[in-house]
Amino acid sequence: MVTEVCLCGIKFRNPVIPASGTFGFGLEMAGVYDLDVLGGISLKGTTLEPRYGNECPRIAECPDGMINSVGLQNPGVEVLVNEKLPALRKIFGGVVIANVSGFSVDEYVAACARADQAPQTDIIEVNVSCPNVHGGGLAFGTSPESAAQVTAAVKQVCRKPVFVKLSPNVTDIAAIARACEEAGADGLTLINTVLGMRIDIAARRCVTHEKYGGFSGRAILPIALRMVNQVRHACSLPIMGCGGVACADDVLEMMMAGASAVQVGAENLRNPFVCRQIVEELPSAMAKYGIDDLNSIIGII
Amino acid sequence: MKDIKFKIESNKLIARDIYRMTLSGDASSIERGGQFVDIMLEGRFLRRPLAAMEWSGRGLTVVYRTVGKGTAQMSSLKAGEELQVLLPLGNGFDASKCREKALVVCGGLGASPVYTLVKELLALGREVKLVMGFNSACDVVLADDFRALGADVTVVTMDGSLGMKGLVTDAIGELRPQYDFFYTCGPKVMMKAVCAMLCGPGEVSLEERMGCGCGICYGCTCHTKKGPRRVCADGPVFDKEDVIW
Repeated sequence: MVTEVCLCGIKFRNPVIPASGTFGFGLEMAGVYDLDVLGGISLKGTTLEPRYGNECPRIAECPDGMINSVGLQNPGVEVLVNEKLPALRKIFGGVVIANVSGFSVDEYVAACARADQAPQTDIIEVNVSCPNVHGGGLAFGTSPESAAQVTAAVKQVCRKPVFVKLSPNVTDIAAIARACEEAGADGLTLINTVLGMRIDIAARRCVTHEKYGGFSGRAILPIALRMVNQVRHACSLPIMGCGGVACADDVLEMMMAGASAVQVGAENLRNPFVCRQIVEELPSAMAKYGIDDLNSIIGII
Repeated sequence: MKDIKFKIESNKLIARDIYRMTLSGDASSIERGGQFVDIMLEGRFLRRPLAAMEWSGRGLTVVYRTVGKGTAQMSSLKAGEELQVLLPLGNGFDASKCREKALVVCGGLGASPVYTLVKELLALGREVKLVMGFNSACDVVLADDFRALGADVTVVTMDGSLGMKGLVTDAIGELRPQYDFFYTCGPKVMMKAVCAMLCGPGEVSLEERMGCGCGICYGCTCHTKKGPRRVCADGPVFDKEDVIW
């Protein structure tokens, strides 16, 4: 039974990857289970400078999901490169994905270049869901032009494969995917969280300190599947599918929709062992559906 | 950290909207009072983080208030039902920081996380003065449990319906207890006032709305004088000196 997948020439022992922001820098899970069962780890989103992020409450529970407004708390790219990545490499042999964010093109370029230089980094994942401070606050990933601008600039300074992580909060994700492909992206990750809000009725204010936050969890699986499938048909880049994945069947569904690897996000927060469980369940789920090789189902829909 | 199935032994109303749930299962991985567990409830996306009041290799006791749909659902669970419990979580109180006399100040449900702390302090031979604050007599929990341990307990209620009338800080001002280290757990405003009033070192147990409960999501970060810290994994217990109110 073949669970190994290959994206941009990089081999993953299986397609299961904890998504950025739901697994820390991997180090937080050291000793909890053997991380080497995972195909890869997408690390906590990192910016050029350290960030505290937003004030609490940062979390709001929803039916089959949750809202977060962590706001990219991270220690900055220097700490990523000098401390987190070397420490992670000692305990993890799989694919290391450095997730990078920025508030201007220059910031993306500087942070990506630094993360790319680290020998432990295998893939750069560029989160284009940040508000563009020079472009009026709209996220870079919400227009084909700005997504392409960031992609092209980052590609110039990176030797490792660059995956652009797309936002679902757009009218036409296929157009943005094509723009990233034309700008030189090596792959795409989708979807990021869906913008949402919750209100505390009794208190007459939002549950989270920030009015809006990112909605994720099982409820968004159908949205993610649809968007992965749209992007699969709109361009030829390999896709890491993400959004609402909670079990081995969801992984198979995501791969059939067009993903070559699958990220697991919010489910880690309710069950920190879920990625290991999915890896363990995968062979029996494949057997149940008569799948011998995961590569045979990628994008069959 | 383990995710273990526990079986409910009892789930009883012990004060207004407050329940005490005992579960059977192996909770021996918990090491200190003030640590917590995260309980999965059917149909709820996130777990409910609750302090471990007491525990052993055979069971676990938690005390909770019905504040929303999740805890209301929890209160309807019956003996024999099973719950998935993530544990041990958080750092817990350090009883060894007290040399002779401890002052423990709790408010409302803050009584639960300090229960085993008081037990630990007494086992170490420390004198324990416990000041417990509640809104009203119908909100009082665990006072008899603490007395049974042998702690010197003062109950304070806001409306004076039981014990002294007023705030815990009023009672401390009146009693002037001797202590070399203090511990506090309760509403943030209460702990802030306690820390402002008490001199000397102490530990504070903070609370925040949590995502994962185990340090991977950074959903419960607070400001401290040592920089940003996760309440779930770096805390919930912090040195008084480090807390930024």
